[in-house]
Amino acid sequence: MRRVFILLVVAGFGVIFAGLVTGYSERQALSALATFYLTEVPVDLGAANVVTGILISFRGFDTLGEVAVLFMVAASVGVILASEPGDKPLLLPAIGGKGQGPSELVRNGAEVVLPLIFLFGTYVIMNGHLSAGGGFQGGAVVASGVMLMMLAYPTGPLHHGFLTITETLAGVFYVSIGILGMVLAGGFLDSHILPRGEFGTLFSAGAIPLISMLLGIKVGAELSVIIDRFRN
Amino acid sequence: MLEMLILLVCGSILVSGVLAVMLNNLMAAMVSAGLASLFAAASYVLLAAPDVAMAEAAIGSGLATLIFLYAIRKTGGDVTDE
Repeated sequence: MRRVFILLVVAGFGVIFAGLVTGYSERQALSALATFYLTEVPVDLGAANVVTGILISFRGFDTLGEVAVLFMVAASVGVILASEPGDKPLLLPAIGGKGQGPSELVRNGAEVVLPLIFLFGTYVIMNGHLSAGGGFQGGAVVASGVMLMMLAYPTGPLHHGFLTITETLAGVFYVSIGILGMVLAGGFLDSHILPRGEFGTLFSAGAIPLISMLLGIKVGAELSVIIDRFRN
Repeated sequence: MLEMLILLVCGSILVSGVLAVMLNNLMAAMVSAGLASLFAAASYVLLAAPDVAMAEAAIGSGLATLIFLYAIRKTGGDVTDE
């Protein structure tokens, strides 16, 4: 009975996707909305990367929502996995090492790779308005660097409170810039509060690099907090 | 050429996804799921969406896999799943 039901559900999905696949034809011309974005983002916002321009300015409110969801996830993971006040955090060894600390390979590899990962994450965050990437992606890259750091140095210098405070401050500044946009420019999270600058340079595109930076810090710290919760 | 490459990558997603479900060893299954995520990131690059690919590679195949590995070790499910 159960098997038959599962089979029916799978068959139903198959029918739906078959309809999607057979009815698909590649669009020859851009839709009106895409044309608007492609012409308006470089001219109006001054961002060479259209995707980041849309994500941070036109759809800035959606991005704020995404960050809020991430914050909720971090908070609920904290509630579920919080250790008791009297509990000593048991320092589990990193994956791969049985009983003792991380292996030689992980520790030495981390020393070589870690600076590069952090540099790349910062680059992605800072150049979000020029090339592929942006605050969210760069923050994720930085968080994966922090993850490697936790694996390589289980008793390392990473402080939980520091991460939480960084994340909270970045969130507060992010929303403040949004409100500033409402006061000085067209609306919430409007990037016109700073001069547009020269197209294609690092300090251009209004407030987009600033918002991207805050977003990157917030996402990076939040993901690190989540991993840190799972660690102990 | 590009179509062939995209098909190859999509096939790899399917294979590693099926492996993630079928494998009995939880660790191996989890690594396979991370691999599916990595192939998905590669397919995004081939389909000219580097922004999405970057997020997928960092979160999907990096952070999510590690969180699952931590969870598997904490629950002691490191062995085989009968």
